[in-house]
Amino acid sequence: MASLKELKGRINSVKSTQKITKAKQMVAAAKLRRAQAAAESARPYAERLAAVMASLAAKVGKSDSAPKLLAGTGSNQKHLLVVVNTDKGLCGGLNSNIVKEAKLQAKKLIAEGKDVQFYLIGKKGRAPIKRDYASKIAKHFDTSTVKTPGFEEADSVANELIGMFEAGEFDVAHLIYPTFKSALAQDPTTVQLIPVPSPEDAAGGDAVVEYEPGEEEILEELLPRYVKTQIFGALLEREASEQGASMTAMDNATRNAGDLINKLTIQYNRSRQAAITTELIEIIAGAEAL
Amino acid sequence: MALHFELVTPEKLVRSEDVHMVVVPGSEGEFGVLEGHAPFMSTIRDGAVQVYAKEGAEPETIEVRGGFAEVGDAGLTVLAEHVEA
Repeated sequence: MASLKELKGRINSVKSTQKITKAKQMVAAAKLRRAQAAAESARPYAERLAAVMASLAAKVGKSDSAPKLLAGTGSNQKHLLVVVNTDKGLCGGLNSNIVKEAKLQAKKLIAEGKDVQFYLIGKKGRAPIKRDYASKIAKHFDTSTVKTPGFEEADSVANELIGMFEAGEFDVAHLIYPTFKSALAQDPTTVQLIPVPSPEDAAGGDAVVEYEPGEEEILEELLPRYVKTQIFGALLEREASEQGASMTAMDNATRNAGDLINKLTIQYNRSRQAAITTELIEIIAGAEAL
Repeated sequence: MALHFELVTPEKLVRSEDVHMVVVPGSEGEFGVLEGHAPFMSTIRDGAVQVYAKEGAEPETIEVRGGFAEVGDAGLTVLAEHVEA
């Protein structure tokens, strides 16, 4: 049985842990609201860009002159997995879920006999992926130096990826990132990034649209922009997911700390009671002996 | 009578309003868009978008960088990478 003093010490330490987790939870809740707003305000751009892309891609289609970013390199051997992880921990199972998804995809591709490489964004994915695929990590991009990754970061990631694509370092790239559903659920999602998947609904073929300079030129300018937007969207989703997951994880931690405090307090009270009873018995026994 | 004008950046929807005319710096020359313009799409160069809220009014200029403009049934949409406030 632990002594009263020890118990008191433990109660106090759990209490201060609870204070920290509670503070972190509240910080995450505040940041979540901002991250969600940012993710929402980025949506109109992505939607419009996708709509324009769809109508243009339907026009230029699969002709021979279609840009490489749309049509692909023609081969399907070298795959790149762009994995978006968070920079900070304390967000529950978020990062391990993303890594699990990434490893699943990698395993599937390797089983098909493809070459797989990783491009990592964010700190927390490095260690677990390195453990299994140390030789396959092509690059990682550090987003921990900026407070909130913005379009500039997406821009440089996209430029690097497009550079690698043009240098023939990979044929197909997939983007793996967490989609923010709610504070409780963030699902890892895999989407094809390069070559840009041709949109399914070839809507708006009827309107005669004039293009300046030309359809292909516009498409050529549009595709890198589209890749950028995708990465930017993934970064924003990551931000919201991180805060959401962190909020939930810290909420659980705060509650667990509360339970632990209750349990320890009961134990503390019991031991105190026991000590008092023993003392009383000693006094009474002493008095009776006289 | 009014042209619906939207200016969108990756970060947010900057403008969404009904105006009289907008002059856009297209990569092959500036062009003005009034209501009922034929469907048109163009890349834009870095420059100022001039927004005329009313006929004959002083234009309001917005500096934009990188992107393209689309004119459709819904009006004019300018997708810019960066907007200087």
